[in-house]
Amino acid sequence: MIGLETRQQGNGIIAMSFIMALMLTALPLPDWAVNWRPAWVAIVLIYWCMAVPDRVGIFIAWFLGLLLDVQQGTVLGQNALGMILLAVLTINSHQRMRAYPLSQQAVLICFYLLFYELIMLMVSGYLGTSTRDWTYWMPAITSMLLWPWLFIILRDVRRKYSIS
Amino acid sequence: MGVDHHQGHLKIIRSTLSTVVYPIQYVVNLPVEATEWVSNTLVTHNSLLKENDRLKQERLLLSSKLQRYEVLETENRRLRELLESSFRINDKVLVAELIAVELQTFRRQVVINKGQREGAYDGQPIVDSAGIMGQIVHVGPFSSTVLLITDPNHALPVQVNRNGLRAIAVGTGQNDKLLLEHLPNNADIRVGDLIVSSGLGRRFPSGYPVGQIEKISRDPGEPFAKVMIKPSAHLSQSREVLMVWPYEKINKIKEDLEELAIK
Repeated sequence: MIGLETRQQGNGIIAMSFIMALMLTALPLPDWAVNWRPAWVAIVLIYWCMAVPDRVGIFIAWFLGLLLDVQQGTVLGQNALGMILLAVLTINSHQRMRAYPLSQQAVLICFYLLFYELIMLMVSGYLGTSTRDWTYWMPAITSMLLWPWLFIILRDVRRKYSIS
Repeated sequence: MGVDHHQGHLKIIRSTLSTVVYPIQYVVNLPVEATEWVSNTLVTHNSLLKENDRLKQERLLLSSKLQRYEVLETENRRLRELLESSFRINDKVLVAELIAVELQTFRRQVVINKGQREGAYDGQPIVDSAGIMGQIVHVGPFSSTVLLITDPNHALPVQVNRNGLRAIAVGTGQNDKLLLEHLPNNADIRVGDLIVSSGLGRRFPSGYPVGQIEKISRDPGEPFAKVMIKPSAHLSQSREVLMVWPYEKINKIKEDLEELAIK
């Protein structure tokens, strides 16, 4: 009975963090900064998959990806596919990632996100909407730089509400 | 993904999910609306008077133009009746507001705050005060996504206003540039020509301005001339846009005629 309670504890907090990430994705930015926007939803998803892999998994990743597709006006399933792959990668390596120092985690996440963006580029290339602009790859870099702060904030939130 | 791209069976899923997404977009848009409200409330009396003066002058100018336009329209209709061809019918419009949210980078799309409830439909043309902006591609219950004419995936049938030469205007992905495709090197076009929608393809109403020719480069080695257009719609500035129902009235007239025939 106690186990069930701890399992349900903090579902709202996790959902809130995803909603915040979706909002940050939709926030209007000046033209020069648009291509540097971090992949908010992806890094929040990576965090939860790393911290509580038994609660945030592939299904949630898929649903988030669909929401992102609708929000951004991409083909339904494009982001969903990418999110599922990210979740699988993170869940497979979550024990190793937890042992890494923050900087090494950030570099690993940069590579994961580059892979995610490659998948996105392949899908949009198949649909004929791809781009050749080099700034396309920038979200991976900004997300990498942002990771340590995001990690610390989400970890404190997780500890405060004792989500595990 | 393939199903969504090629067949569109997933429209229901997309519009259901958009009800979940719309509150998020609405909240993101709130600060923008708040700043607008504040700047509207804090206008000085003086600047309001000035604006009022300016608007009055503009109205005078426009109404004098309109008088001429009305005369021309009746004359046009009479001439067309003489020629026994159909006359153009005014379109139904509705004002919608842009929601300030970002979509996929490298595409040219915007979100507006009107959806199924107001009768929006897939492929509906969107214009602003200066010209054609784009068309609706996804309809949700409360909001819809608009594909702008500058999106690299968008093409629009147009004609040169001066001589009726038909062409296709294709988006480039840049906000202030369209390309006219497949015009031969010796086509009769000049810099400054007004390009209007031709109404072919039955998606956009005819006669709305699209842009002005900005640059023509004719290379004798190439089969076609490279023609750049500057869009006349304020694609990156407009906040209010018009949704147009172009053929609805025509359909209604057809229905009326059918009813008469039955009687």
